[in-house]
Amino acid sequence: MSELRTVKVDGAEIDVPQDYTLLQACEAAGAEIPRFCFHERLSIAGNCRMCLIEVKGGPPKPVASCAMNVRDLRPGPEGAPPEMLTRSPMVRKAREGVMEFLLINHPLDCPICDQGGECDLQDQAMAYGVDGSRFHENKRAVEDKYIGPLVKTTMTRCIHCTRCIRFAAEVAGAPDLGATGRGEDMEITTYLEAAMGSELQGNVIDLCPVGALTSRPYEFHARPWELTKTESVDAMDAVGSAIRVDTRGREVMRILPRTNEDVNEEWISDKTRFIWDGLRTQRLDRPYVRRDGRLVAATWGEAFMNVAEAVGRSSGEKIAALAGPLAGVEEMYALRVLMERLGSPHFDSRPAGSVLAPKNGRASYLFNTTIAGIEAADAILIVGSNPRHEAAVLNARIRKHFRATNLPIALVGEVADLTYPAEHLGSGPQALDALLAGEGAFAGVLAEAKRPLVIVGQGALTRADGAAILSRAAALATNGERDEGWNGLCVLHDAASAVGGLDIGFVPGEGGLATAGIVAAAGRGDLDVVILLGEDDVDMSALGSAHVVYIGTHGDAGAHRADVILPAATYTEKSATYVNTEGRVQMTARAAFPPGEAREDWAVLRALSDSLSATLPFDDLNALRGQMYQAHPHLAAIDGIAAGDLADVRALAEAGGDIDPAPIANRIDDFYLTNPIARASAVMAECSALASSTLAAAAE
Amino acid sequence: MLSDRDRIFTNLYGQGDWGLEGAMARGAWDDTKALIDKGGDWIIEQMKASGLRGRGGAGFPTGLKWSFMPKESDGRPHYLVVNADESEPGTCKDREIMRHDPHLLIEGCVVAGFAMGAHTAFIYVRGEFIRERENLQAAVDQAYEAGLLGKNTKYGWDFDVIVHHGAGAYICGEETALLESLEGKKGMPRMKPPFPASVGVYGCPTTVNNVESIAVAPTILRRGAAWFAGLGRENNTGTKLFCVSGHVEQPCTVEEEMGITLRELIDRHCGGVRGGWDNLLAVIPGGASVPLIPASQCNDLNMDFDSLKELKSGLGTAAVIVMDKSTDIVRAISRLSYFYKHESCGQCTPCREGTGWMWRVLERMADGRAEKHEIDMLLNVTYQVEGHTICALGDAAAWPVQGLIRHFRGEIERRIDARLLGEPVMEAAE
Repeated sequence: MSELRTVKVDGAEIDVPQDYTLLQACEAAGAEIPRFCFHERLSIAGNCRMCLIEVKGGPPKPVASCAMNVRDLRPGPEGAPPEMLTRSPMVRKAREGVMEFLLINHPLDCPICDQGGECDLQDQAMAYGVDGSRFHENKRAVEDKYIGPLVKTTMTRCIHCTRCIRFAAEVAGAPDLGATGRGEDMEITTYLEAAMGSELQGNVIDLCPVGALTSRPYEFHARPWELTKTESVDAMDAVGSAIRVDTRGREVMRILPRTNEDVNEEWISDKTRFIWDGLRTQRLDRPYVRRDGRLVAATWGEAFMNVAEAVGRSSGEKIAALAGPLAGVEEMYALRVLMERLGSPHFDSRPAGSVLAPKNGRASYLFNTTIAGIEAADAILIVGSNPRHEAAVLNARIRKHFRATNLPIALVGEVADLTYPAEHLGSGPQALDALLAGEGAFAGVLAEAKRPLVIVGQGALTRADGAAILSRAAALATNGERDEGWNGLCVLHDAASAVGGLDIGFVPGEGGLATAGIVAAAGRGDLDVVILLGEDDVDMSALGSAHVVYIGTHGDAGAHRADVILPAATYTEKSATYVNTEGRVQMTARAAFPPGEAREDWAVLRALSDSLSATLPFDDLNALRGQMYQAHPHLAAIDGIAAGDLADVRALAEAGGDIDPAPIANRIDDFYLTNPIARASAVMAECSALASSTLAAAAE
Repeated sequence: MLSDRDRIFTNLYGQGDWGLEGAMARGAWDDTKALIDKGGDWIIEQMKASGLRGRGGAGFPTGLKWSFMPKESDGRPHYLVVNADESEPGTCKDREIMRHDPHLLIEGCVVAGFAMGAHTAFIYVRGEFIRERENLQAAVDQAYEAGLLGKNTKYGWDFDVIVHHGAGAYICGEETALLESLEGKKGMPRMKPPFPASVGVYGCPTTVNNVESIAVAPTILRRGAAWFAGLGRENNTGTKLFCVSGHVEQPCTVEEEMGITLRELIDRHCGGVRGGWDNLLAVIPGGASVPLIPASQCNDLNMDFDSLKELKSGLGTAAVIVMDKSTDIVRAISRLSYFYKHESCGQCTPCREGTGWMWRVLERMADGRAEKHEIDMLLNVTYQVEGHTICALGDAAAWPVQGLIRHFRGEIERRIDARLLGEPVMEAAE
């Protein structure tokens, strides 16, 4: 915090930090400054000229308030505070002039523009413009551009604020956008109209102050004023971005980001934003029962009866349950209680082979520094992860920090374009041993670091030697002199359900089988009934003759294999708790109702338990939560993080173990198709095809 | 009239050898070490005392500009950048220096660079200047060979000169756009502050000077600030290269004393206005971007910064464009407007949108296809552009139009009336 300086804004004195821009100073004083090109999270361009204000004592022309520091103000006569005017005739005239210039070549096609109703240009023209036009020449028309399947362009509407260019270059780290031509012929485009290559590109839609860049999937679907807005949390990855779900009737029309400085700032990934068409297609809207090899529609009663018969023929230890990547904490809790009542220890929410376990303490499976804590790091080591695909928004935070501090970053595992340079130390875990032995320059960096980050991805933790890798990562994070309380072990999850499942202990009980074991046992015929709670990622053909009960939302792999389908609700259709990778407890809100006869997952489980004569001890969601909070009190603190214990990480570091020198492979090979909703989305399919064809073209 | 012994550019017309030998015979590189030995502060003081004002158009005192550079380096190197992107329509003085007396410029770089603690000078040469660049580069090579540039120079100050070729954009003559272009980016002006003296090329303290401002420095230092200050009048001192083009018998570039009358300049050096002095319609006294001056104000006009400013015009680069009475003045200014529309970088709104608007209205006015109230509207638009942009190109685009309306409103109205009456409107002389 720099020293305060007294300035005068519209006659009122106010103390502001020296490094404030004039725009910030005016806003601190309560004055409203219109702007187009200025954005808090992007570099300053100063090109729209809408934020002009009058500074007394300077040259007799208005000043772009976004681009000048309070420090650079000249004091008034006899040391009086510098004075700024935001409502003087000069300022008003300047704004009217700029607004007129912006509008002369703007098509004014608001009635057919998707931005209508939430357009900065519309709003500011109303507030700061004049009512008529003096421009009688022909308007400029700009040939439209193709920049990919997500962002629709109408470049005639562009006002050249360059926010999109700056976002792509600075935040997304994929400088695909640029301006060609100059003067009034300047046009924003990608090189030769190639599609943008960032997984954060949808954010340019929000950034665009006019209707030049709009959402292509949402094109002409709805108007902002007819949408119901529900604030919720994303479940596409383990970041838990804050989102706003806009619905019309019972359909989700679009998903927008909300600001959460601790998690996603104000960005969301394209998967988060454009997933919504997948919420409508391939939906399971009624129960199904397999008869004579074919799934036929059934009533809830018939479906429950079918499960009850199968369970009745079996015994507790021959029943297993798996929870998928989108499962909320409530339903996992309910399923766990049900499994215990049935007498089964076989249940798991982790990906096959995962070595993470609650018994090692919460610090052993959290992103301990928190996401915002990335910005305190002084060195980063990434092990077996591609954060760009596993947590795109979190990756943008690393890039932001890299741009600010140029900190050293190294990578062990698959080489990938992370949007920031990362020194590749090796593909296999032996590179970690080399680091521990102090070999190489980065070992020195890590040893010297006061606040290092060791990010471990699921690619490393689902290997047979995962525990040994985790132990080494913990050692690298804790060895050496660290800042007081700094816990640099950061486990990066890729599924929204992961941390919640570990928190409530949705892992095998005494003598129970883990995910891979359950699949193998079912294949051998050792298990009679397998309950899949939105689990589609295990090899369905390996489940043998087990009676598969699928509780889920989409006709994906699990539903195809299922013997009984119990239709459930997606994350936009229920209030569910998700714990993100840093351990932050967040709750979604219901924005729409599940389709047809589908019900919320916990209610499905509660009803199922009745027919299995193992009735769950709660009748509504509040009762369920009450019991859950009693068992796991930290879940009650919504938006809070119960920090892990550094001692657990130290203990982990002691564990050691043998490593396998084979290269570490990342778990996610297709960013766009990681869960059943994404696989049902036509938009995601198009993005995926485009991404793989770009890769193929690049390989040629 | 300037006497021959007071001329700085003695090979302006290329009659002598432009190379190192010829230049040294004319006095260049004469005991540069003595100048360097007097120290940077002395050089800056002398430049201040000489009253030299920047020759690139804005007329900012050169010595003062040099003194803005940090006295001590904070670890970042200092740079001198010479703006040889001479693109102002009508201006053709820097090219003569680069073609015919490049060593004056190179020696100027050395003393200026030394005064501001720079070891490197970049000379950014306009893209269209091919021969100029060849000569300049050859002269730089000669200087390296002769131990006048590089490490362990004869005067004891390591100094490099790098000649950089632009790609031909008018806006790259704006100092911050030039720096962007020099760094390999798109030539778009930067916001100020920070000024180049604190954050310039590659983020380091930088001074950007016009070719002529730098090239005159060694001679000023050798002959003394008092000599230079004794020419011209107060605040408008020294000699200046004037580039006279247009409707004169012999267009030329000539070195003259500041404050010479326009009439003397044209009559003595250019053989007079085509068809005689009375045939003069107007002049643009300082390159395309300054407002024109009608013949009625030209009779006793002194060509210096302050005299022209009083007439709401400017000396600019001292590129005098003479227009006789055969000129279609509205069309002429419209053509200039087109130039600014074409050269606007497109970064900020008023210039990007306003230049095209002004040109289109002027095009109609040249044919009389306009209404009289649009003249005031056009004037208003120029004021909406002027002073609202990042760089001065917006101002430069607005001023010629303001000059036209100020002095030739009657002509525009006459055309509108003629059009309404069905009379033929005078077309541009082709």
